[in-house]
Amino acid sequence: LASWLPVVGLEIHAQISSNSKLFSGSQVQFAAPPNSLVSFFDASLPGTLPVLNRRCVEAAVMTGLALNCSINKKSLFDRKHYFYADLPAGYQITQQRVPIAVNGSLSYSLCIDNKMSQMVTKTVRIKQIQLEQDSGKSLHDDARSQTLVDLNRAGVGLMEVVMEPDMCCGEEAAAAVRELQLILQTLGSSQAIMAEGQLRVDANVSVHHPGEPYGVRTEVKNINSIRFLAKAVDYEIQRQIEELENGGTILNETRAFDSRLGCTVSMRDKEGKQDYRFMPEPNLPPLILYDAKSLRANMNHQQVVNIDWIRERLPDLPSVKRAKLVELYGILPEHSFTLLNEDGLAEYFENVVKHTQMKPKKVIGWILNELLSFLKERALEVKDSPVSSFLLADLLNLLERKEISSSAAKQVFKELWKGEGKTPLEIVKEKQLELLQDQEELEQICQAVIDRQEDEVGAGMLG
Amino acid sequence: EQVPAAVLEHLERLALVDFRDAEGVRRLREAVRFAERLHDVDTEGLEPMDSVLEDRCLYLREDDVTEGNCTKELLKNAREKIEEYFVAPPGNIPLPKLEERETFEQQS
Repeated sequence: LASWLPVVGLEIHAQISSNSKLFSGSQVQFAAPPNSLVSFFDASLPGTLPVLNRRCVEAAVMTGLALNCSINKKSLFDRKHYFYADLPAGYQITQQRVPIAVNGSLSYSLCIDNKMSQMVTKTVRIKQIQLEQDSGKSLHDDARSQTLVDLNRAGVGLMEVVMEPDMCCGEEAAAAVRELQLILQTLGSSQAIMAEGQLRVDANVSVHHPGEPYGVRTEVKNINSIRFLAKAVDYEIQRQIEELENGGTILNETRAFDSRLGCTVSMRDKEGKQDYRFMPEPNLPPLILYDAKSLRANMNHQQVVNIDWIRERLPDLPSVKRAKLVELYGILPEHSFTLLNEDGLAEYFENVVKHTQMKPKKVIGWILNELLSFLKERALEVKDSPVSSFLLADLLNLLERKEISSSAAKQVFKELWKGEGKTPLEIVKEKQLELLQDQEELEQICQAVIDRQEDEVGAGMLG
Repeated sequence: EQVPAAVLEHLERLALVDFRDAEGVRRLREAVRFAERLHDVDTEGLEPMDSVLEDRCLYLREDDVTEGNCTKELLKNAREKIEEYFVAPPGNIPLPKLEERETFEQQS
């Protein structure tokens, strides 16, 4: 059997974290009364015009810089036409010809063989990042044969990030998206919560034999979590391989992932291939960005987006944060991944280290083994932990000063978890878990035990 | 020249316009001929201009909430509504095939 090379590319839509929409002043908010966050422009009423939101431009530039892209100092807006009830204008304003950022890269890490101890770094090329409008939401009521439309989401700013087909399986796709999610959250350009639709991923999948041209690709949609992304991609790869090995062909089509059945199903429309009739958006001039060199003294600052200014203020990206944690605290690289993977865990760890004499290399064990497993068992986030970093630091100090044993410390931790407001010291006294420190006292006890035993032996011998 | 029937049907489907009768099709042909005059201009080595606004400043708005909250007004335009949702048919209704429609072909 000849081997198959799967090829996976991704199109990711990230909702921009902003107060108002991309081209209008209505609010961006998840879960509001239907059609309450809709302006006349969003509803496409005649006589309305798009006005670009500065914050959305800055978010796209930040993201482009973080992904090592070239920022296009001049980018253009276009109309992409199609008819659907949740797209009142009949077109979406996007950037098809010249997007705001191009030619970047994203590095991500994978565990080999599911062992955290062996990590490998991979890179995926970023083709481009473009600004575009989100559509409204359609609620399908099949029973009454109708669709209910809520335009609250219509017009919300999106960054579409296109990843080249450099990935080869579900695991790689999931790891790349996870790293992108962390980067977006660190930048603040998007909260990227998949469950709230702030991060949507479509996968392009094909397979071919080594040395042969790429095969026909399918597009997989309706993927609602990172875990399902890996499943959907792997399923589609398998499906295509089986189809081709059975002598079938792959159609260039769109398929939806069914999370319940764990498979992809054809979404083929009777209307056939879409022609979006792209045209320049006539109401928007080109978007011009500046840098330190092109800036002129007489420019209105409110009207200027300065790429260099934004670059100087970029926060430490996850990869930099991890490297710093490893260097500063002497922990392993895989530890740094876990610390950054849980919201607030790195800060918790650093605070414990700050308040304890215990070495960071020992503290990390308590964080990753005790704390994290307790949190996971109860499906809690770090911020909801009943044991604060200060309490844990106190406990670890007792252990470090040898006032209690390691097993006693674990018992105390379990008690602390009940969140009854007791300090570690109080629990130790209550349960009499103190280790005896006094040498003389220890000798006396040992002697007493030996004496008691001798009496028993004597009694036994006499009896 | 004639605009091929297949192209006409394609355009009608894409843009949801109805050329209705021979006069409509004639007007389309005139429009295409008018636009084709652009080919007479020598644009060798020139950057295309796609908007007369190309040298205007694209105004950037501050990220403040200034609109919305007009559900009642917006829904006034809706033929059908259910609890503040617009009501639409379930998905796009496909345009009937050329043979099934009364169009220019049948009327000319």
